[in-house]
Amino acid sequence: MIDVQQITKRYGQHTAIDRVTFSVAKGEVLAFLGPNGAGKTTTMRILTCFMPPTEGRATVAGYDCLEQSMDVKRRIGYLPETPPVYQELTVQEYLRFVGRLRGLAGAVLTTAMSREIERLGLGSVQHRLIGNLSRGYRQRVGLAQALIHDPPVLILDEPTVGLDPKQIIEIRELIKSLAGSHSVILSTHILPEATAVCQRVVIISGGRIVAEDTPDRLSTRLRHSEKIALTLTRPPGDVEARLRQVDGVLDVHGNGPAGHFLLESHLGKDIREDIARLAVTNNWGLIELKLISMTLEDVFLKLTRHEEELTPGSDAAAGLASAVNENNMGVPS
Amino acid sequence: MTRVNTLVAKELRSYFVSPVVYVVGAVFLLIVGLLAYIYIVFTGAQAIQLMQVQGQAQINLNDLVFRNLFSSVRFVLLIVLPILTMRLFAEEKKLRTFELLMTSPIGLNEIVAGKFVSVFVLFLGLLGLTGLIPVTLALFSDFDWYPILTGYLGLALLGALFLSIGVLASALTENQIVAAFVSFGLLLFLWLLAGVGSLLGDTPAGQVISYLSFMEHYDHLVRGLVDTRDLVYFASALVLMLFLTHRVVDSTRWK
Repeated sequence: MIDVQQITKRYGQHTAIDRVTFSVAKGEVLAFLGPNGAGKTTTMRILTCFMPPTEGRATVAGYDCLEQSMDVKRRIGYLPETPPVYQELTVQEYLRFVGRLRGLAGAVLTTAMSREIERLGLGSVQHRLIGNLSRGYRQRVGLAQALIHDPPVLILDEPTVGLDPKQIIEIRELIKSLAGSHSVILSTHILPEATAVCQRVVIISGGRIVAEDTPDRLSTRLRHSEKIALTLTRPPGDVEARLRQVDGVLDVHGNGPAGHFLLESHLGKDIREDIARLAVTNNWGLIELKLISMTLEDVFLKLTRHEEELTPGSDAAAGLASAVNENNMGVPS
Repeated sequence: MTRVNTLVAKELRSYFVSPVVYVVGAVFLLIVGLLAYIYIVFTGAQAIQLMQVQGQAQINLNDLVFRNLFSSVRFVLLIVLPILTMRLFAEEKKLRTFELLMTSPIGLNEIVAGKFVSVFVLFLGLLGLTGLIPVTLALFSDFDWYPILTGYLGLALLGALFLSIGVLASALTENQIVAAFVSFGLLLFLWLLAGVGSLLGDTPAGQVISYLSFMEHYDHLVRGLVDTRDLVYFASALVLMLFLTHRVVDSTRWK
C-alpha cells in the first residue's frame, strides 16, 4: 500500500532523512519510532505530498507522491503533529469544511460527519468553537478530520499526544480497529504504544532506519543472552561463585545482602530449573525466579545510542537496568 | 470549482468571526463617509458663495464631490486592504492549518483563488456600502451617474490589485504584521512610481514607469474614460500577483 524507496531529504546542508526505505502492506499498522528530530515528521510529510523528497521515490496505493499527488492525497488521511484545526469554527463546521475539501457532499458528508463525531466521542462538543476546546478534544477533532473521507491510508503523527490515559486507550483501540481495513503509519516516541497497537516497528534515528521488525522479534534479535532475575532471602557468602558453576550460566551480577541477583545464560537455554533446584536443596530461601525479556525500550535505547556505546560490553548494564525497571512491559519469550 | 466555493465560504466565515473585519470595516466606512461629508459641505459652501455673487449656481457634483472622493479613497484602501489580506496565508502557516490545505486533494490554483476571491468579496461588500453616498446624494441633487459607475469600476479593480499584492505578501511570511508591512511597502512603491514617471516626463522610460503605476489607469476610470489599456493593466497585474503567490506557496514546500 505504501512503498518508500531510498528517500533522502536535505534542508540545505542538513540531511533530515537519509536513504529511508520501507513499505507497509494493506491493513497493516506500522509504528515509526524515534527520538525527537529523527526524521519521523519529515518522512510523513513526504508521504502526504506536503513536501517532495530530495531524492528517491515514494508511492501510496501505487500512485507516485510527486507526480500523482492528487491521487495520493485523495487516499490519505493525515493528522500532523499539531492538529490542523481552525479555532474560529465549531467542530461541526470544521468537519463539514474538511469533508467538502475532500470531495464529500450531501448525505454522504452528513453520514461521515456523524460517524466520526460518534467514533471519537465528540457529540457533546460538536457545536462548540474549537478554540474553546481542550488539547485532548482538539487532538480528537484532528483525528476525525483524518478519518472523515474514510481513506485507505492513515498517517498519524503522534496521535495520542495531549490525551489523558483513558483517551489514549480509546484512541489505541480505535487504531487497532482500523487495522485490517486501513494501512496505518503512526509515529510515536512512547514505546508501549508501539507494542500495543502495531504489527511492525520501524526505528529511525538520525534520519536513518536502524531497525525494522515486529516488536517481539526486535527484542529477541537484539538480545545476546537470556537474563534471569533471582531473589533469595538467605544467600550464603559464596552464592555468586556457586551460581556460576551451574551449567549454562555466563555471568552473575548481584547485590548479595539484599538477595537480588541477575543471571545471564546462553541464548535458548533455560537454566531456571537448575537454579531452582540448587536454591531449594541448599535452603537459600528462593522467593523469585523469572525470565526477563528485553523490552522495546531497551531495544530503542540501544539502537538510538551512539555507535561507540553499542559494544556488547554495555549489555550487562542495560540488562540490569531493565531488571530493576518496574515498567517491564515485555512478554517472556 | 465547488472546492473554491468551500474555501471562500470558510474564509468569509473566519473573517466574520474575527473582530478585525468589524473594526476595519467600521473605520473604512467612517473615513469614507467623513471624506464625503467634507467634500459635500465644501461644495455647498461654494454654491452659496456663487449664489450670492451670480444669483444662480450650476454646481458640478461629479467634479467637486465624486472625483475628489474617489482620489482620496485610494489612500484609505492603501491602509485598510493590507490589514484584510495579512492573515490569509500567514495565519494558516502559523497555526499549522496550512498542512491540512496542502495535503487535501485541492490544487494550489484553487487555494490561491479561494483566498483571493474571499477577501475580494468582502471588499466588494464594503465598497457596496459606500454606494449609499451617491444614492443619498441623488435624492437631493442631479449628477451624471456614468463617471460614478466607472469610478466604482476603478475602485473595484484597484482594490483587486491591492488585495492580490496583499495575498502575495501574506504568502511570503508566517507573521501577519510583516505581511501587512510588506504589502504597504509594495503598494507605496507602485504609487511612487507615478511620481518617478512624471519626473522623467515624456521620455520612453518615463512612459513605461508611469504605465507600471496604477495611478494614471485609475485616474482614467475616475474621469469616466473606460480604456482597454487600463483594463488590461489591472487584469495583467492581478494575474501576475496571483501567479507569483502560487509560485511562492509552492516553493515553501521545497525548502
